[in-house]
Amino acid sequence: MNPEFLPWIVLFLPLCAAAVIALFTQRNRELSAALSIGAVVAGFILSVIFRSCVGWEPAARESATTWLSIGDFQVDFGLRFDPLSLMMLLLVTGVASVIHIYSWGYMKEDRSVPRYFACLSLFTFSMLGIVLANNFLQLFIFWELVGVSSYLLIGFWFERPAAADAGKKAFLTNRLGDFGFILGILLVWASLGSLNFGVLQENLAANPQALGALATTGGLLIFCGAMGKSAQFPLHVWLPDAMEGPTPVSALIHAATMVAAGVYMLCRVFFLLNIPGSTALAVVAWIGGFTALLSAVIAIQQNDIKRILAYSTLSQLGYMVMAVGLQGPVSAMYHLTTHAFFKALLFLGAGSVILAMHHEQDIWKMGGLRKKMPVTFWTFIVGTLALSGLPPFSGFYSKDSILAQAAEHQNWPLLILGIGVAALTPFYMFRLVCVAFLGSPKSDAVHHAQESPQGMLWPLRILATLSIIGGFIGIEQIYGKQFPGQHVEETVSFLQELTAPFVHAPLTAASSLLAVLLGLTAAWALYWKAAIDPLPAKLGALSRAMRNRFYFDELYEATVIRFHDLLAAMAGWFDRWIIAGVAVRGTHGTTELVGRALRLLQTGSLQTYAFLFAMGVALVLYLALK
Amino acid sequence: MNIGLEHYLVVSALLFALGLTGVIVRRSLLVIYMSLELMLNAANLALVAFSRFTNNLDGQVFVFFIITVAAAEVSVGLALIVALCRKRQTAHIEDLRTLKL
Repeated sequence: MNPEFLPWIVLFLPLCAAAVIALFTQRNRELSAALSIGAVVAGFILSVIFRSCVGWEPAARESATTWLSIGDFQVDFGLRFDPLSLMMLLLVTGVASVIHIYSWGYMKEDRSVPRYFACLSLFTFSMLGIVLANNFLQLFIFWELVGVSSYLLIGFWFERPAAADAGKKAFLTNRLGDFGFILGILLVWASLGSLNFGVLQENLAANPQALGALATTGGLLIFCGAMGKSAQFPLHVWLPDAMEGPTPVSALIHAATMVAAGVYMLCRVFFLLNIPGSTALAVVAWIGGFTALLSAVIAIQQNDIKRILAYSTLSQLGYMVMAVGLQGPVSAMYHLTTHAFFKALLFLGAGSVILAMHHEQDIWKMGGLRKKMPVTFWTFIVGTLALSGLPPFSGFYSKDSILAQAAEHQNWPLLILGIGVAALTPFYMFRLVCVAFLGSPKSDAVHHAQESPQGMLWPLRILATLSIIGGFIGIEQIYGKQFPGQHVEETVSFLQELTAPFVHAPLTAASSLLAVLLGLTAAWALYWKAAIDPLPAKLGALSRAMRNRFYFDELYEATVIRFHDLLAAMAGWFDRWIIAGVAVRGTHGTTELVGRALRLLQTGSLQTYAFLFAMGVALVLYLALK
Repeated sequence: MNIGLEHYLVVSALLFALGLTGVIVRRSLLVIYMSLELMLNAANLALVAFSRFTNNLDGQVFVFFIITVAAAEVSVGLALIVALCRKRQTAHIEDLRTLKL
């Protein structure tokens, strides 16, 4: 059989599962879950088979059919196979499989399990569509589908107003970015005449100045889309609120789907951004760097376990976007991949804790969970170390690759910023670990906490293994094939893999390691056995600002939303009084008034009618004979 | 005195005006009905006069038709008036003014 058929199956399996669940098995919890889990696990297995059939660099780069053709304009519905999409395919199906399996343990008690799994499958389908899309239009459609399914999942517990609002906020914020994105797509299409990624790349390679003066504008418009999906400043506000969704959904959104889509898209169209003379990449790098720093600082003073992780995701996404901006898509994708492993692990670990604590999420009400939940604790520690960037955990290698990229481009401000964030990351993560897992219990709920069932622990173990080994299994080399000319470590032995960063850029690696150790020690000193947070007392107003997320929500409330409300009120007034009032009611009112007046002529008396009739005839005769 | 077409036409016009006035001002349905017949016959008189003075028989044929139709109309109209009188116990036009919005 032609192996090109396999990815089509992988793509549409989750959609079929979602459709079957939504239409037929709404009442059967076990069957619904089995369908959804089966679809995504089968997808993963088929992806592995496909990969081993065609290798990382398949001869056939596309498998497409014409979807619609209007005049000269033709759009394909097709799949693209290159190292980037194949690796992402494995990553998305793999991490999604693990999260699906975990979900069954986490959501078992919920009353709308089938709806949950249907949405989850739809989400996986949309993300796979983005990964495999071979043209901009198809990518945009799946891009929006991700938006819709994230809305459904973030607002899954829609009975809670906070969850419903968070879903709306995520959707609308994304729409804002997508508006720029579609403008960018139209601009690219208008100036390059195609939407297909392969064709676009060839056209640009043949004529790098094809976009001319619009290169920067186009790049930035496309980046707008990534800004929304990957939650970059100033559109970062939706991501922390998205924590209202069930925890496995947060894991899925934060690890392999949704937020990864933005970075993936930037790498997919990297050739459009990396045009000589375009300043788009510089803007991208600075926005990424600023987001990384801003959210790392906010994370320090959050008390909700999921919110800390959410801000850490924001911060890591900032790193990835910064890497793209520093012309390092390989580093960005590398960090995206390792981040997918350990962020999924951390969220699933947090989910395990939240379930054990009966949906208590405040870390200051936990404490001493290490003994109660050993597996969760140890896997969480692995995730924390990987996120903090301590060798030999995977996070160190990918983060170092980004910092080395900054050093290579001699962008010292961003390098220092990156190292600063590298120091903040272990600080907030070990604050979380010290407060929630170590020390003494801070509430009664801890005494009743129990380790989660095996169905939830195995996903943790799998992800923990991947988080440990992610740095030296050649992920970077795979992405390196996609972007020839990028620096990739050429290694032959395991030991070389392990020490590669220190050989390649010793100063960067050493300083980032030093920063990590500094952050770790600081967190240890401050929070080891702390019963209350010592920082508010020390930092005062600054700590309050951090806890309130630097008042971004309030700022938007006062400016954007106020302005929007004003605009809406004006539009409402115009509609009510001008359109409905004058135009519609005016016409109808005039007609009715005239009608009422004319009605007075009808007396019901036959003789009046006869008289008027005779007068009329006389008038006509007079006019005709005059 | 030589009697010409004008005389006939003047008589016909007077008859027609008389009939119209009767239709407009009289109150009894039956009288209105007779006034209507007067108007028809005014037209007949004009047609016959025209026919006679132009030596053309078309007008007279027309009159026969009108008389026939008028006879039929009278039978239907009288029947309606009888039915109305039975239902409303009145033949006065002021009592019959429901024909309005």
